[in-house]
Amino acid sequence: MNIFVCIKQVPATETKIKINGSGTGIDTTGVKWIMSPYDEFAVEEALRLKEKNAGSTVTVFSAGPSRIAETLRTALAMGCDNAVCVDTPEEIDSFQAAKCLAEAIRKEGKPDVIFTGKQAIDDDCAQVSQLLATFLELPYATVVLNAEYGSGQITVKRETEGGTIEIIALPTPCLIAAQKGLNEPRFASLPNIMKAKKKEIKTHPMASLGVTDADRKIKLVNMQLPPAKAAGKKLAGDAAAQSKDLVKLLREEAKVL
Amino acid sequence: MATVLIYAEHKEGKVKKVTHELISEANRAGAESVVFVAGQGLDAVNKELGEMGAKRVIAAQGDAVKFYSNEAYGKLFVDAVKSTNPSVILIPATAQGKDLAPRIAALLGVGLASDCTKIQIDGEKLKATRPIYAGKAVADVEFVGPKPYMATVRPNALSVGAASPGASAAVTALSLDTGALKSTVKDVVRGATAKLDVTEANIVVSGGRAMKNSENFAILEKLSEVLPNSAVGASRAAVDAGYRPHSYQVGQTGKVVSPTLYIACGISGAIQHLAGMRTSKIIVAINKDPEAPIFQVADYGIVGDLFEVVPLLTEEFKKALG
Repeated sequence: MNIFVCIKQVPATETKIKINGSGTGIDTTGVKWIMSPYDEFAVEEALRLKEKNAGSTVTVFSAGPSRIAETLRTALAMGCDNAVCVDTPEEIDSFQAAKCLAEAIRKEGKPDVIFTGKQAIDDDCAQVSQLLATFLELPYATVVLNAEYGSGQITVKRETEGGTIEIIALPTPCLIAAQKGLNEPRFASLPNIMKAKKKEIKTHPMASLGVTDADRKIKLVNMQLPPAKAAGKKLAGDAAAQSKDLVKLLREEAKVL
Repeated sequence: MATVLIYAEHKEGKVKKVTHELISEANRAGAESVVFVAGQGLDAVNKELGEMGAKRVIAAQGDAVKFYSNEAYGKLFVDAVKSTNPSVILIPATAQGKDLAPRIAALLGVGLASDCTKIQIDGEKLKATRPIYAGKAVADVEFVGPKPYMATVRPNALSVGAASPGASAAVTALSLDTGALKSTVKDVVRGATAKLDVTEANIVVSGGRAMKNSENFAILEKLSEVLPNSAVGASRAAVDAGYRPHSYQVGQTGKVVSPTLYIACGISGAIQHLAGMRTSKIIVAINKDPEAPIFQVADYGIVGDLFEVVPLLTEEFKKALG
């Protein structure tokens, strides 16, 4: 099987966000970069599918500035066979990212399945999976908790509100966007990390794939930190008095009851 | 007059409140609110949409659209776009809306602002504000591509206008030409409880690692039972410890919520958790540790043992709301 997986490099979840001078992005000074957590489930699922199907290869794709090579190496160290990088400016929108990935994927032949994470945890757009699938004219399912692989068909369970599950049968090739819970991602072993360092990462400049600034549809501007909250009240007395006070304050002062 | 096309979400014959929020916003802006709806047995839904203030409804009704599917609903929605030529498209940022909206954006070749908490329709223009980094920052979205401008909007972010009993919308049936479909929705299995999702709830009661085990969440469920339109959530620590499934998780790698009232029980308040709930209108924290970071964002803090406080609080709420 020809298994593709798309990942994004994002700031680690513990990062304290600082805004850059122009309000169009974050100040990346000192940021620790990681693979977006949902993408780890996508990589793991790709590797498990490969392990069940002898002769399969897993190719990992990412679009972003040159520092993403490091995160592609993490995917290689986890067990991906090949890596493809689309080198882009720092701030591109989801449309451009999906176009970059679609063009890079077209160069690597026909996939049987493409895995992605359900969203990247930086801009939180949750658009690239659906855009990419639609550009490639593939059926897709997002927020996938479980996937069963049949012949020419993948049956997925997709999570919606209140624990309701949609069960969807997708013919291959298709795109599956992973939710947390799909699997338990592995850690890369030391020998694999060493091996991954020597692997080649195929790199396409964005322009060589025909993607330009004219493909951009939205811009994030006027980026700000949320307003700081005023200090709250700590309630005095024993638990009974605190409980009584709290309900009174919620009703009379906060007026939320 | 500018036209705003709205995606209506409904469940068991009832229109979801977020749809009403979107219709109200379009009407407040003086635009013509046109609503797209798909499904079976839509008479009651169409009537409710009229009462919510929709001027026109475009209804795709039939067995072929019994279940939501991004392929069928995407094709039909694009048909509705062609027939109404909207300048703005608004879609609820729900499981359906988030799955569908990017597909529509791709098919139309237009830009989409995801998961917005504020929008402003100004003539044919749309300004949208959205949280990024799970709410650690906010940004405005500038549309630089062609119309229509699209946004998905988070439930509870916009206010609803008064309903007008008896008002009705002009309903047009949409031809059920879904095109050839690749994927098939086999079934939709309802969750074990009929409870609200944390993202839809007006009040969220969340538990952290200090809940100690999954059985203890019963005291939060009890508290939630006395609070109208409420749901139970959990911190990542509680989910990773197996106390609750991931669908309960509030935070950067879970759900981002902004209810009217958020009650954090035994949650220390890691930066990733705060990111997921700091936009709640009022935050209450109950924690043994007076130094816990959760108190920095809490409007009201109780330093104490949640196992002692929560049952007492449940009784107090019962008395107050009874």
